[in-house]
Amino acid sequence: MRLRLNKMRLFEYVLLICLVAVVLLTAAAVNAQSPAELPPGSADLIRPEELAKALRSSAKPTILNVGPRMIYVQAHVPGAEYIGPTAKPEGLAKLRAHVASLPRDSFLVIYCGCCPWEHCPNVRPAYQELKQMGFTRLKVLYIANTFGSDWVEKGYPTAKGE
Amino acid sequence: MNKKAAVIIAAIALVAAVYLHRRSNGPKASSSALPAPAITLTALSGNNVSPASYKGKVVLINFWAAWCTPCRAEIPQFMALQDKYGSRGLQSVGISLDDPEGELRVFCRESKLNYPIVMGNQKIAEAFGGVLGLPTTFLIGRDGLIHAKYEGATDFAKLEQKIAVLVQSGH
Repeated sequence: MRLRLNKMRLFEYVLLICLVAVVLLTAAAVNAQSPAELPPGSADLIRPEELAKALRSSAKPTILNVGPRMIYVQAHVPGAEYIGPTAKPEGLAKLRAHVASLPRDSFLVIYCGCCPWEHCPNVRPAYQELKQMGFTRLKVLYIANTFGSDWVEKGYPTAKGE
Repeated sequence: MNKKAAVIIAAIALVAAVYLHRRSNGPKASSSALPAPAITLTALSGNNVSPASYKGKVVLINFWAAWCTPCRAEIPQFMALQDKYGSRGLQSVGISLDDPEGELRVFCRESKLNYPIVMGNQKIAEAFGGVLGLPTTFLIGRDGLIHAKYEGATDFAKLEQKIAVLVQSGH
């Protein structure tokens, strides 16, 4: 009888340890996600509706487009300055040169929108570069699918051309 | 309301919210009855591959880029569709945006593509009503009308369903 009770208690302990392990592993996985990966919901993201509101305010951000020219010339956020794709080192060099003289507390927004968010090759390197340069008020425009479907087709203001 | 019921309702609401959010932000397909643009495209091979030259066929136009990871990942599936439906009247055409020509030629050669690739430009993108993200895919019916547009990662199940309908019909 006593042996059976001990076995049951042992089983309970094992179960408890497994549960604690699952909780700890989950927490570790969440923490392991680097801020540079910019998951949806990250504090350094700005949603399209928030940027559209900021465009109407007196404290407009400096907006930098780090995507392909082909998309920029067809449509872009009004006032956005064209940098070009930052997936490659030459794009990052352009970005560094473009912002070199800006105060590090400037309100900066970068965006691309070339591809679905998790596959965009441009926004993460640009974000990392600007963070390393010390920009403290940096936001990345969260475009879930494409600039066309998440900005233009939603009716937010758009400019065209170079 | 007891606590259990409240938890169940909250869980259902959460699942519904997540579903609706994913649906509104996910890749989408839209249809249009606009005619396909009458433009002439020149493939990397030097051949003309304008939609007009494929009159009477179902034409799949895929705007993509070799630098775009999801676009590259989709290429084998477009090749499989071309293999499966080519004999029934499907002709696929890839239009690359913002790729250096040299790199594009290397990519196409290594991928052994079974459909032509065209170097895209702003004029071509605007002729299709604008291409503001990649990949973007259009399906043109035998009638020369654009029957579907898929923006973002392609839902190949839906795309194939539409192709199957178009190759069977006179549209």
